[in-house]
Amino acid sequence: MTHLVPLYVILPLATAFLIPVIGRMVKGFQKTLFSAVLLFLTVLTFYILFSGVDQPVAYKIGGWEPVAGVPIAIYLVMDGLSALVLLIISLIGFLAGFYAISYIKRYTAENNFYALLALMIAGMNGVVLTGDMFNLYVFLEIAVIASYALVAFGIERTELEASFKYQVLGGVASLLILLGVAMLYWKTQTLNMAHISQVLAQSENNAFLTFTQILLISGFGLKAAMIPFHAWLPDAHSSAPAPISAMLSGVLIKAVGVYALLRLFFNMFAIDFQISLVITAIGTLSMVIGVLLAIGQWDLKRLLAYHSISQMGYVVIGVGMGMILLVEGGDRSVASLAIAGGLFHLINHAVFKGLLFLNAGAIEHVTGTRNLKMMGGLFKTLPVTSTTSLGASLSISGIPPFNGFFSKLIIIVAAIQGEFYLLAALAVVVSIITLASFMKFQRYAFFDQPKFSKKIREVPFTMRFSMIVLVILCLGLSLLIFPGVREIILSPAVDVLMETTNYATTTLTGM
Amino acid sequence: MKGLTPIVKKIAQLMCGMIFIYGIYIVVHGHLTPGGAFAGGIILAGAFILLILAFGSEVIKLRKEESGSSVSESLSLLVTLILASTGLLIGSKVFFKNFLPPGQIGQLVSAGAIPLYNILIGIEVAAAIITIFLALIIFKEEEEQR
Repeated sequence: MTHLVPLYVILPLATAFLIPVIGRMVKGFQKTLFSAVLLFLTVLTFYILFSGVDQPVAYKIGGWEPVAGVPIAIYLVMDGLSALVLLIISLIGFLAGFYAISYIKRYTAENNFYALLALMIAGMNGVVLTGDMFNLYVFLEIAVIASYALVAFGIERTELEASFKYQVLGGVASLLILLGVAMLYWKTQTLNMAHISQVLAQSENNAFLTFTQILLISGFGLKAAMIPFHAWLPDAHSSAPAPISAMLSGVLIKAVGVYALLRLFFNMFAIDFQISLVITAIGTLSMVIGVLLAIGQWDLKRLLAYHSISQMGYVVIGVGMGMILLVEGGDRSVASLAIAGGLFHLINHAVFKGLLFLNAGAIEHVTGTRNLKMMGGLFKTLPVTSTTSLGASLSISGIPPFNGFFSKLIIIVAAIQGEFYLLAALAVVVSIITLASFMKFQRYAFFDQPKFSKKIREVPFTMRFSMIVLVILCLGLSLLIFPGVREIILSPAVDVLMETTNYATTTLTGM
Repeated sequence: MKGLTPIVKKIAQLMCGMIFIYGIYIVVHGHLTPGGAFAGGIILAGAFILLILAFGSEVIKLRKEESGSSVSESLSLLVTLILASTGLLIGSKVFFKNFLPPGQIGQLVSAGAIPLYNILIGIEVAAAIITIFLALIIFKEEEEQR
């Protein structure tokens, strides 16, 4: 299994560079290669998950062995949490790429689209796998710079504006992260996360470290679009082409934002009460304010984008509560439940929000509008889109038996057991407002009087296929609450976060 | 785009060869002296950009050059990746393994595969800078034609 780890970086990178060369000569090369590679990576991730990821695998690039106990190679670390996020990236990436086969025909530069998408996926895989701070920054830049270009892909006025805004705020975030990395390097003389963790454990906690942590929270918070840092997200996610919106909202903010926050603040820094309080507070703000901002939106993709902020709030309060409980020495089983709820919602959000953006893209594809007031009566003409979006809407609003219900239930139960009554109440209220907001979407888009005189037909096969697979996943992921399935996919990731110092020791001592 | 005066053209002709050779020097000595692939690649691109600015060119020719430079950019990265993956296939089977003999410290042909990476990255950086430059010129020319 060890030798398979670098494939996650090699294959998407090779795809990204092959497409501009061979794609010019061979028609259809880009779609075939991209889909094949992503399908292979999905299968590979399943294989790795099923063969067990209890012990992290550390892959030393270049084969450089540690000198006197100090790691000098760049490490790629595959453990439960990485495997979970890699699964999301590959799966949503494959479905978005497959959906794009028909969708992207309205643009001219298919080669550039697929090359940039492959580059973005290579960057995200790198961020998720790397065990080295500076390498994390490099892969992060690969992923987000590809996404800047993809947001501006339509090169209309609004898209360029959104991309510019995203670039400015993304640049600020990268600067903060780089400064944080530099401060860490200054303090510890090493860049390997596991080694940094061990060095920090010996030094006393001081203002310098707190400042570094604040820098990293702000930087990754900007990438994850948590509430005080969210300004770029609604523009960027609503202006991008639909498959890219699904990738940005479903995957990118998790892989380069939330995942990095979790990895650094659970496994690298010693967990700290104040920091966990800050993370939970940011999560709560995102959850509540995100949904309040979403109510008034009439632009379908903007509405979905604001809901992304709100739903990521659920993920962050889940893990934040777990972090507080771990620091305060509370009940470990409740902490484990809260973290499991957060990570479960992470997977679920990737699936249903990816699906909702693909639905929005399908509606835009046939009607040419994103304004909810201009739609109506699409239920009869777009049966597949309508049914799948109903499934996704029920899922995001937390209606049983869809997956969103179970993850929200776990988070709320954990909040009550951990005596976070305010958070539990807010989570319920936000869920109800979410339901109201998606009832508005369903009514105006599908069940109102038809407002179209021109004839519209259902979207092409590849678009329908991706949407149907995702809606099946919306139902199927509910199975993750059952012990047999949960122990394969979810529990290894929860264990990584629960055993906070385990990461450093197992990574450094080898297998 | 129109060219500049004969004086500028002559000076550019005389200069660009030297700049080009200096760029190659910086790239191939990447493992021995300060500088390396990135700095050398920028210098290589500078030689081309100087020529294009001095002599001017038609938009159609620029387009052709742009597609050429973007292909060579992708190709050099692809070869870099193949070189890195070769380490995965032979010897101790590790990605980015330096599988060539290290040679003697201080000699031009030493440090195993690192000079090869330097040369490829040098080509990639030069091609990328030229592509960006050409894209900007083509954009401006098309704006003027409208």
